[in-house]
Amino acid sequence: MALTALDRGGPSPLAGQFYMLMTPAGWGGGADGRPYLPRALSFARAVQSDDGVALDFLFEDVGPGTGRLAEVGTGDELLISGPFGNGFALEAERWPVLIAGGIGLAPIVAFDDELRDLDGVRATTFVGMRSIDHASATGLYDLEHSLATEDGSAGHRGYVTDLVAKQLETQPESTVYACGPPAMLEAVRVLCEEHGVPSQLAMESGMACGFGACYGCVVPTKDGYTRLCVDGPVIEGAQLDSAILSGMAH
Amino acid sequence: MAIDFCGMQLDHPIVNGSGTYDALAARRVFGEAFERNFPFSAYVSKTITLEPRAGNPPPRLWELGQGMINSIGLPNKGLTRFVDEDLPQYATLPAPLIVSVMGFSVDELVLILETLDRRSEIAAFELNFSCPNVKTGNIVGSDPVECESMMTQLRSHSEKPMIAKLAPSTSRPDLVAMAAESAGADAISLINTIPGMAFAPGSSEPWLGAGSGGISGPAVKPVALGQVARVSTSVQVPVIGMGGVENARDAQALLDAGARLVAVGTENFRDPAAGNRISASLG
Repeated sequence: MALTALDRGGPSPLAGQFYMLMTPAGWGGGADGRPYLPRALSFARAVQSDDGVALDFLFEDVGPGTGRLAEVGTGDELLISGPFGNGFALEAERWPVLIAGGIGLAPIVAFDDELRDLDGVRATTFVGMRSIDHASATGLYDLEHSLATEDGSAGHRGYVTDLVAKQLETQPESTVYACGPPAMLEAVRVLCEEHGVPSQLAMESGMACGFGACYGCVVPTKDGYTRLCVDGPVIEGAQLDSAILSGMAH
Repeated sequence: MAIDFCGMQLDHPIVNGSGTYDALAARRVFGEAFERNFPFSAYVSKTITLEPRAGNPPPRLWELGQGMINSIGLPNKGLTRFVDEDLPQYATLPAPLIVSVMGFSVDELVLILETLDRRSEIAAFELNFSCPNVKTGNIVGSDPVECESMMTQLRSHSEKPMIAKLAPSTSRPDLVAMAAESAGADAISLINTIPGMAFAPGSSEPWLGAGSGGISGPAVKPVALGQVARVSTSVQVPVIGMGGVENARDAQALLDAGARLVAVGTENFRDPAAGNRISASLG
């Protein structure tokens, strides 16, 4: 699902940053009486205008929070705070390889937008989806990419990392920027490590506040627990022993 | 009209619950607008301990319909790095600083208090006798004898105001509060989170990494109001009331129950400007 929200007077965010979203009314009363906490979503596209910045969010209706967001209609009010977190940081003089898995497409679209605004920077982008139905989200954006689907209904049959492996063999002077489900991020992290390629992984964790207050979203890194909201959500692959975390949002 | 709280003259009665607002992180995230619109009349730090703590293993959060369960486990840099790195930054916040401290023994707490007593940046201490997420939590904050003994042993080690933060896991918080008062506590704060747990979806295994945690948010509001009312009528020292405050109406209820100050906790997570919103709406 896609949702566009206007952040009045808000600053332009960096690709990979996220916002906390909730509705002013009807936030609660779903499964187990939830949702209660706002939901963290990375933006896919940010368009600045005199009114503020229009933000596109992509999400799947998988629980009481995203279920409520899915009901939001045109003109409805949303409570948004952000942008939060660090975002992707382009490494100079290395070929950008962008990898999106599923709903992790959002910050990859945003980073592709950011790179297009830079002179002389080009990127190679790979997208992995479960099937052609899920891949329709890419059609919302003019994202030049190679596609892999798990069921083979479009593009390469198999995992997106199959395609990335070939890319890293032919272009080892790359840096990988990825967002997707934990298993994909872990496969990307291992692949990059094998090829000696730096990786920046946009991760997800259950989160209450988004601005460093609650210490609930920590992920284990080689430096100990790190708050994903203020020191992420983009974490360097080299900082991790694994991108697979226990306890995603329930 | 200024509110006197342990010698501090505060502009309004809204402060933060310890561990619910990292002012240093917030300053990095929100910039100078954060200090210009500082949400609290006094700022309570996250609890510090003698040694550094990594905190509990994730997952640390469980969402409820009316709140959450957390199992954070007091992650902090430890006393030395707190003094060297954080205290100078806290000192520049536009509100008096109350430092929350916790020890695994009397000796640890004495060492912390003696070290921090010399620091003029600190206006008062909150003694965390009630964290449900560490093994030694809750006992001192819920047993009058333990509380009086601990308070008596700590009292002589600092002249700064000491606020005893009590646990809700007792049927007689008034007795615990009176014990703290008789041993020299300058104020009482309550409630801390209520111990609880949740199973992972579709299983009978605990969801939280540490097995159990503390319940906060609107779910605990009636417990807080009941305990704050009972304690406020039993002690002479001022009370900081907290538990599930979402709006000015909730804050006013705790003030009407006898609290001098009201702390906002979990609502800060949903709305970083909750403190401003609530203090502005109080009559």
